[in-house]
Amino acid sequence: MNITLKVWRQKNSQSQGNLMEYKLNDISPDMSFLEMFDVLNEDLQKRGEEPVAFDHDCREGICGMCSMFINGRPHGPQGYTTTCQLHMRVFNDGDTIYVEPWRARAFPVLKDLVVDRSSFDRIVQAGGYISVNTGSARDANEIPIPKEVQEESMDAAACIACGACVAACKNASAMLFVAAQVSKFAVLPQGQPERQLRAERMVAQMDAEGFGACSFTGACSVECPKSISLDHIARLNREYLGAKLTSNNV
Amino acid sequence: MVDLIEEKEAGVKLDSKIPEGPLAEKWARHKFSLKLVNPANKRKYEVIVVGTGLAGASAAASLAELGYSVKAFCFHDSPRRAHSIAAQGGINAAKNYQNDGDSVFRLFYDTIKGGDYRAREGNVYRLAEVSVNIIDQCVAQGVPFAREYGGLLANRSFGGAQVSRTFYARGQTGQQLLLGAYSALSRQVANGKVKLFPRTEMLDLVMEGGKARGIITRNLITGKIESHSAHAVLLCTGGYGNVFYLSTNAMGSNTTAIWRAHKKGALFGNPCFTQIHPTCIPVKGKYQSKLTLMSESLRNDGRVWVPKTKELAERVRKGELKANDIKEEDRDYFLERRYPSFGNLVPRDVASRNAKYVCDEGRGVAPTGLAVYLDFADAIKRDGRKVIEAKYGNLFEMYEKIVDDNPYETPMKIYPAVHYTMGGLWVDYNLMTTIPGLYALGEANFSDHGANRLGASALMQGLADGYFVIPYTIGDYLATIGPSDKISTDHPAFRAAEQEVKDTINRMLSIKGEKTAEEIHRQLGHIMWEYCGMARNEEGLRKAKKMIQELREEFWSNLRLNGSDQELNPALEQASRVADFIELGELMVDDALHRNESCGGHFREEFATEDGEARRDDANYTYVAAWEYRGPNQPEKLHKEDLAFENVKLTQRSYK
Amino acid sequence: MSLTGLFLCTFLIVHLAGNLQLFKGDEGRAFNVYSHFMTHNPVIMTISYLLYASILIHSTMALILTRHNQASRPVKYAYQRPEANSHWTSRNMGILGTILFIFIVIHMRTFWFTMHFGPIPMVNYDGEEYKDLYTVVSAAFSNGLYVLFYVLAMAGLSFHLVHGFQSGFQTLGIRHKKYSPMIEWIGTYGFGVLIPALFAAMPVYMFLKTHGFIG
Repeated sequence: MNITLKVWRQKNSQSQGNLMEYKLNDISPDMSFLEMFDVLNEDLQKRGEEPVAFDHDCREGICGMCSMFINGRPHGPQGYTTTCQLHMRVFNDGDTIYVEPWRARAFPVLKDLVVDRSSFDRIVQAGGYISVNTGSARDANEIPIPKEVQEESMDAAACIACGACVAACKNASAMLFVAAQVSKFAVLPQGQPERQLRAERMVAQMDAEGFGACSFTGACSVECPKSISLDHIARLNREYLGAKLTSNNV
Repeated sequence: MVDLIEEKEAGVKLDSKIPEGPLAEKWARHKFSLKLVNPANKRKYEVIVVGTGLAGASAAASLAELGYSVKAFCFHDSPRRAHSIAAQGGINAAKNYQNDGDSVFRLFYDTIKGGDYRAREGNVYRLAEVSVNIIDQCVAQGVPFAREYGGLLANRSFGGAQVSRTFYARGQTGQQLLLGAYSALSRQVANGKVKLFPRTEMLDLVMEGGKARGIITRNLITGKIESHSAHAVLLCTGGYGNVFYLSTNAMGSNTTAIWRAHKKGALFGNPCFTQIHPTCIPVKGKYQSKLTLMSESLRNDGRVWVPKTKELAERVRKGELKANDIKEEDRDYFLERRYPSFGNLVPRDVASRNAKYVCDEGRGVAPTGLAVYLDFADAIKRDGRKVIEAKYGNLFEMYEKIVDDNPYETPMKIYPAVHYTMGGLWVDYNLMTTIPGLYALGEANFSDHGANRLGASALMQGLADGYFVIPYTIGDYLATIGPSDKISTDHPAFRAAEQEVKDTINRMLSIKGEKTAEEIHRQLGHIMWEYCGMARNEEGLRKAKKMIQELREEFWSNLRLNGSDQELNPALEQASRVADFIELGELMVDDALHRNESCGGHFREEFATEDGEARRDDANYTYVAAWEYRGPNQPEKLHKEDLAFENVKLTQRSYK
Repeated sequence: MSLTGLFLCTFLIVHLAGNLQLFKGDEGRAFNVYSHFMTHNPVIMTISYLLYASILIHSTMALILTRHNQASRPVKYAYQRPEANSHWTSRNMGILGTILFIFIVIHMRTFWFTMHFGPIPMVNYDGEEYKDLYTVVSAAFSNGLYVLFYVLAMAGLSFHLVHGFQSGFQTLGIRHKKYSPMIEWIGTYGFGVLIPALFAAMPVYMFLKTHGFIG
């Protein structure tokens, strides 16, 4: 199949960028979207041009590195799929495909399609953990956890921190990401001691990073490649309100 | 018992430092004999940790908790992206929660046997011993392992084990364990005990006075070459499976950190021991950039088969027949036929090799001829689709996304692919390489899996090294050298190493040839897979060695690399990694060539039993091959660490 | 946003209940008595000030949030397909809210202001003087354009509430497998359809009535 790409090119975080057009012929429908980009980059290098920089690593949908805004949607048109798992067969011969980086104040563009998502790391550093030093744990089976609670925690913990939620949200809000991090511990017995502090600190950090506010459009959950539910955002709100109202942290 | 091989010539000494005493007491005794660092002094010691996967993140967090000042480096944008995250199946631990006869000794025994008796007894026993602590630690961190309805932990049997000792979190165990370690690491970053350097790649090790003193890094965003000094350096940089170009490794997984340390004097152990994983999605086209693993757990319920005859297979390849058109009596369930007691659950090397055999016979099923079926029809009939969906739903979905085929209705197609490298930097019982102050943890070292790794053991080893071994053993070295034994980054040793790194980069940029690093990497991969892959022979290996040498020539004379070194330049990163893969590839071939036996993942066609099973040569090859770098274009020097088996009897591995 | 929003939702119910007196067919007596009560009862008057405050807080907060949210994405996408992942209403609460705000200003100028500051005709029921708001209402709704404006504003209200009612609960963290479907149902059919429809029916009814289409 033949396609036309309109790809965001930007030299570095200081410079202005623009959409560049590239034509690719004889693309196999069995290629992954990133393999199509590999082909483009080989071409560009052969022509003496700089290849398009994009983040990617595991190419099996779990590392969360790949992050392309494809034809107006994060990770492209197929639901529950990361960019690396998207295959060219979902496009048609002759299509024009727009590829842009995630857009958010808290995700500045570093080059071309590569953005800086370290804000997510700082949010986790603010409280996304259970404080337990190595070696101080008791026997694993001494903490019984109902199966459905474990499943609920796992649903939230499946987040790959790709940032599609932020990219999809019209407010560039990180609520779904933060909610997943808070929620996975809030339901577990191990997460109880730091429960209030965690919610307060992570939300404060999220605000400090410059993400927008949640207005419950639901776009984040629809575009999430791991289909993390809006239920977690409600839980985060509950946790946060509860903590603000009742905790002793002034 | 001490294995101490004094090389007759001057130079490297291989002292494995396995403690004296009965197997079950070695680790406890050793821990007591190790020197301790005064708690007040710990903050005066700086430790560099390169890599933030299971081994790196757990080590960095644990050392910081103890009070050491840690600097953690990763080339990803976040520590949580390390490829440990992709491990699907699970993590072993000798908890015996299932009351099915598991014990520390059994896990030890299975691992030694699974590794085809090419691993150290002492190390493996310690691994089995601390495996139980890992599960406790991870649960305390909030890792959501699968549970039974009663609220207790669930287990499954995995990859050839006859007991259920594998803990799992859906098909995302690696992800959940890594997030546990990452959360512990993040906590220490917040505490100010760990300084994080994401998007930073180690490009050289700095040596001075015979000790590791720090590293040279490149900031991948600005291109800046920087020096970092420390009392000790931990390499937790994973495996080098990408030497084969196509593997289940992530695109960025590379050998650069350990290879450059090797060139600075760290011996490389068993480089040719590579694990080929039997259940991967087959190659489709020449554009293919990576191979995707389908968890081994699928073999618990899936049945592996190919058509009985070449003719039927031929018709399948042409698309005239579908898998479901082939009658039961025309199917060859070759694993069940050849290994009645283990069936589809034989270890990875055995399953992989047999898939290769049937494809070599012309009975493969994909258009390339390189695939076998993994069929769930019987399991679905037996347990119902719901049960199968609950177990493997996410894997089936992933398969369907990639292949566009529904595994509930038609059998999956699978083929072996490079998955894990048992070889790595040689380390002693303390995980220290032959360079004082330089440690290697996790897949980056050679230590615990021998010639073949059992399923669900990689996660166990990475976390064992990081959480429960290095926190004890590093103190012994640090207490010996003292806090003042550290050099400044202004030292000439750092200046010289920085210059060397810059020169190498400039050299690559100035070639201005025709071939991209990607093309050269692909070529290297073909050579390695063809001649140093699932089956090897002397003739092929000799040919491969020559081809690799030519490829290296070509790399340094015909590389095409655009852009500058002062910016984010993924092509430059790749070229730099490929340069190291080429050199490592040659060493792997040398190692495979010298080992005139078949063991585990290393299968030499000349050394096989009559029915095609691996034939070990225990009299001559019961040793670790540790290779010493001696300069460009010099053959590497082989050192041997003899392996002594006092607690297990060496037998021919049989899964019949 | 959610607290003020949900409070305004409860007000709508009360306001609707009262205004339904218009349909009584007693030449506005019940309606006028009700209006009198609403402007003279001290409890109601206190609540009404709370209501005015809520409207102001709700709109001010909305403005602040909108600006904040816009600042969170300084560079926009060149090509975006939001319709693939979210409803139009949920993405345009600001526009819908602005329409409602304009509506409220005009609505209050026409009725609230007249009621409070006149000039307004008086009517006598059982010897007591009442302000004849009913006549004011009839007069206003005899204008077809004015009725059309009301109907459109109520359509805006419908869209605003279809999203807003549920969203208010979400913000407060009230979401549960068992109860959320009920909240969604009330939000969609109660606040999204029934209430705006009844409100819209009033001007239409009065229009038809003053022009003699119905008795």
